[in-house]
Amino acid sequence: MSTAKGLLQRRPNFIGKILLQGFLIIVTIIQIYPLIWLAFFSLKDNSEIFSGDVVGLPKKFLWSNYAKALSDGHVLNYFFNSVLVTAASIILVLILSAMTGYAISRMNWKLSNLTMTLILLGMMVPIHAALLPLFMVLKNLHLLNTYWSLIIPYVAFGIPLAVFILSSFFKGVPREMEESAVMDGCGIYKTFFSIMLPLVSPAIATVAIFTFLACWNELMFATTFINNESYQTLTVGMMSMVGTYITQWGIIGAGLMIATIPTIIIYLLLNKQVQKSMIAGAVKG
Amino acid sequence: MNSVFSNKKAIAIFVLPTLLIFCGIVLVPIFVSSYYSLLDWNGVGKGAFIGLDNYKEMFTDTRALNSIKNSMLFAAASIFIQLPISLVLALILASTIKGEGFYRTVYFIPVLISTVVIAQLWSKIYNADYGLLNWLLENIGLANLAQDWLGQKDTALVASFIPTLWQYVGYHMLLMYAGAKSISQDIFEAAKIDGASPIRTAFSITIPLMRPILKVCLVFSVIGAFKVFDLIYVLTGGGPLFTTEVPSTLMYTTIFDTYRYGYGSAISVFIILECLIFTVIINKFFKTE
Repeated sequence: MSTAKGLLQRRPNFIGKILLQGFLIIVTIIQIYPLIWLAFFSLKDNSEIFSGDVVGLPKKFLWSNYAKALSDGHVLNYFFNSVLVTAASIILVLILSAMTGYAISRMNWKLSNLTMTLILLGMMVPIHAALLPLFMVLKNLHLLNTYWSLIIPYVAFGIPLAVFILSSFFKGVPREMEESAVMDGCGIYKTFFSIMLPLVSPAIATVAIFTFLACWNELMFATTFINNESYQTLTVGMMSMVGTYITQWGIIGAGLMIATIPTIIIYLLLNKQVQKSMIAGAVKG
Repeated sequence: MNSVFSNKKAIAIFVLPTLLIFCGIVLVPIFVSSYYSLLDWNGVGKGAFIGLDNYKEMFTDTRALNSIKNSMLFAAASIFIQLPISLVLALILASTIKGEGFYRTVYFIPVLISTVVIAQLWSKIYNADYGLLNWLLENIGLANLAQDWLGQKDTALVASFIPTLWQYVGYHMLLMYAGAKSISQDIFEAAKIDGASPIRTAFSITIPLMRPILKVCLVFSVIGAFKVFDLIYVLTGGGPLFTTEVPSTLMYTTIFDTYRYGYGSAISVFIILECLIFTVIINKFFKTE
């Protein structure tokens, strides 16, 4: 192809690329500006927000909004509860699902396929279906208003996807790995915990990310099973905080920011892994 | 060797705890809900068995029908507005454009944030007096369009769709992007040699080959619309005057505000069935065509 012809062909391409970049930048602004706006007003006081300058940078960074949200708004307490419930759920989901995923994909027993099918069915069940029956059971067991009232359901609903992802990873590990372990005299528990588990660490990361997002952001169970403020998690706590500080946008904004920052930090550190996890969860689910 | 991998005790230890918690918390409650849905019961004492009366009520009550209609509109909005936007973005980003990784990472951020935070943020954006949206309209000379978006019946429904569309555009974009990227580069090379334009390539090659992932996106967006709870619960609570109510918020208020446990359970069973039926329909549709 002659260079002149090449240039001619490239020119509309070049203009097209600029237009595309312009379009992508506009979408970027639409997707991200509301969050930046939230960060801005979380640092402003009422007179600045309500005097007409709703969009710009804060004149003075009012960090005291964050202090007020954390202490007077009880956000510190909600945050602690969310960390505790989420961490416990992640650990339990990982332990239970790794063991089950391993037994289903690598051990020999008659009902393994049936068990897998049963657990996969669980991926179709919306939590709505379980809300009232669980509420009645937890009430009768006097577990309402405890951390367990959230941890147990979160673990149960986290299991299906986790077992699915972990068992498909276990399937991908070469047989020789565990056979040589057994030859060397390892029992089944040692083979599982010290040989197989480390080999599926990418799947463990995927499941941990999924479970984190599901528990950290969950509202329906959290608002139903807990009404004692000292056990409330962030999602419910945000709602009561907004009720308390109706007109003080700065403090509300600070609370919302505090609830969001852990997620953003995890995403900034692990964004490739998070994106991969979401794709794996959807494609395999 | 084999005896190690068919160790019955180990299998029981590995599987039984999971199965117990899974069946007890996820599977059994579906049957319990189905049973509750046949009762006239306020949670105290024993309920009276009334057969399918709760379901009959749901399909004749205007408030319930309106909530179902809203969730259908929600589904339609995500199919016809959200998914096409996601598809366009995914196709652009998959065509190896500069900054691809940056855009993909940024568009995905709202997906990760709690819907409660998103709803609170949008209620501030929509605020009649100090909100971002009205400020924007006033500053581009459309001050007469500024209004109380969530407070009036004729704008509340559309206003409560937008945050969900906004939040999950990046999710479907990411899935579709992964789908487009998994197509072999040879096919695109061949199309280029044959002189196909990028748009022609997208319609004749990329999109048809993305069918499996498009199906997943379609199922997720429809089911997501039927299940939507957090956003409406926080943003409008179903108001004003039930205009933005969806089945899950109606279920919630029926159970926990008016203590009609039977009727609320009927709505929850309806939500499960609705999700199942539409998943089957979408799968059929993609198979036969």
